[in-house]
Amino acid sequence: MVSIGCAISEPGSTRKNKTGSWRTFKPILDKDACVDCNNCLMFCPEGCVNKDHDIDYDYCKGCGICKEECPVQAIKMEIE
Amino acid sequence: MAKEIMTTNRAVAEAVKLAKPQVVPVYPITPQTTISEYLAQFVADGDLDAEYIRVESEHSAISATLGASEAGVRVFTATSSQGLMLMHEILFAAAGMRAPIVMADANRAISAPLNIWNDQQDSIAQRDAGWIQLYVENAQEGFDTILQAYRIAEHEEVMLPVMVCLDGFILTHTVEPVDLLEQAEVDSFLEPYVPKFAYLDPERPMSLGNFADPTYYTEARHNMQVAMDKSMEVIKEVGAEFGERFGREYGLTESYLCDDAEIILVCMGSMASTVRYVVDQLREKGEKVGLLKIRSYRPFPFEEIDEIVKNADKLAVLDKNFSFGIGGALFADLKAKCHKETYGFILGLGGRDVIPEYIEEAVELTKNPVKEVTWLGLKEDE
Amino acid sequence: MIEIRFHGRGGQGAVTAAEILAKAAFKDGKYSQAFPFFGVERRGAPVMAFTRINTEPINLRYQVYNPDHVIVLDDGLLSVVDVYSGLKENGEVIINTHEKVESEYDVFDVDATGIALEILGVNIVNTIILGYFAKKTGEVSIGSLIEVIKETFPGPIGEKNAIAAQKAYDMA
Repeated sequence: MVSIGCAISEPGSTRKNKTGSWRTFKPILDKDACVDCNNCLMFCPEGCVNKDHDIDYDYCKGCGICKEECPVQAIKMEIE
Repeated sequence: MAKEIMTTNRAVAEAVKLAKPQVVPVYPITPQTTISEYLAQFVADGDLDAEYIRVESEHSAISATLGASEAGVRVFTATSSQGLMLMHEILFAAAGMRAPIVMADANRAISAPLNIWNDQQDSIAQRDAGWIQLYVENAQEGFDTILQAYRIAEHEEVMLPVMVCLDGFILTHTVEPVDLLEQAEVDSFLEPYVPKFAYLDPERPMSLGNFADPTYYTEARHNMQVAMDKSMEVIKEVGAEFGERFGREYGLTESYLCDDAEIILVCMGSMASTVRYVVDQLREKGEKVGLLKIRSYRPFPFEEIDEIVKNADKLAVLDKNFSFGIGGALFADLKAKCHKETYGFILGLGGRDVIPEYIEEAVELTKNPVKEVTWLGLKEDE
Repeated sequence: MIEIRFHGRGGQGAVTAAEILAKAAFKDGKYSQAFPFFGVERRGAPVMAFTRINTEPINLRYQVYNPDHVIVLDDGLLSVVDVYSGLKENGEVIINTHEKVESEYDVFDVDATGIALEILGVNIVNTIILGYFAKKTGEVSIGSLIEVIKETFPGPIGEKNAIAAQKAYDMA
């Protein structure tokens, strides 16, 4: 049922929608090549890269922006 | 309380003060300006404990009003004409988000040509925004209707914003006697607003103004229709309770000498006073005419109207607005919903004075119709 | 019902005069109504305002076309506006002028500007001409009029206007 005014009263319910399933290409980071510049973390539009540069594949849509922004080509896009 | 003499703008501001809104974002525009001035004065003098927000446009005024309403407090704003046009986008959002906003609209014509005078095209153009629209006939109704509007908007089965429409200048700038109520009387009728459904509270986080995909959108809009239907009952209940408490009863419509009338004149707002006068004059001449004043335009109470006009032969509908190719909005609604021979008359546009002669002409042209829609007082090319 | 039409120029206080008259009549225990017809919103542009006074509630929502009385705040308007338009038979016209106005109607000329310059120091004549009107027509009591003038303009300005209105009343 739709609530009054379509209000959502359960905080953080967008997490239920795992957008990682939309992905065709998957970013793989080579941590040995990584220079810790944090570009991927800052440019990821989905906030899927954490401070240790682990990628959250539950929500990564595979857009490839991290790969584009990596100055040392440490990220490769592989087909799912 | 004893009667005082004041403009409808002042009466509206006095009612708002008594309703105690906590946030009042408002942007002045002729002929609404003095409402915002009075409210600013009340806040500055400490007579109204509200956040008065001086916004930079009407779009911001209604946006801030909506934001404050969603924060869970009672709100008020007012506008007119081009200002209402600028609010258009947010009017739909406010209704869709089910914010119980009360807003006064000082009815004024729309550009072009530029015109600051009265007609009802501005609020009619917002007809489908999902707001309840109540039209008032005089300053007293302006005062009383603002107080009732909060009860209607905040009713838990309604939760829709209410626009109280006042004819610009004809009401907003006319001084006349008004019976004000004391704070204690108003407090007994209108309790403080306690939000129940959607509001911002850090202890109870929720997300408002959400995206709704095709799975939900239709139901959300249908819920508004259900609320609009329910509001008819609420408008009547609140109006009856107001009558019991303060001696002035209100409903969805008001009829005058309609029982045996052959022709019923239908109109909204201040024009009803002059029409009532003409009905009296024509009755003295033995003509069976009556007046049906539509107070609630949205929701449109067609079942009640059907019952009132059932004995009449014809309806003459007087509109201060126009939908190109169709005629007046009220005329079109009556044609669609009531099963009577109906003629439409356009008058009072852009401040053209609504004189008794026009109303008599409407009666004549309903008795002996020439065409379905007539523009009264239209000047020939010179 | 008595209907009064005011002619003035933007900034001269015609609208305020119409409201003061309505409020004073209301204080006298009558029903009243006052409203403006604004032209272009400019200082100096011709404006009209209307007052209706009745013993019953007033239900009319259109302008006054057949006034019982006409009040003209500025004789310069006589050549611009037909101030006599629709005036009732035996209707009276009060004009602020220091000249004799020739007309087929009952015209009272009062040098309100003279009184205004003497007492107020500025050429604002609306309260003065109302004092004159109160005496000449008897439609409103000078007591209520003075009270409303003081309420409308609190402080010394109201006091001065009250004195000026009384002076016009006494000389009428």
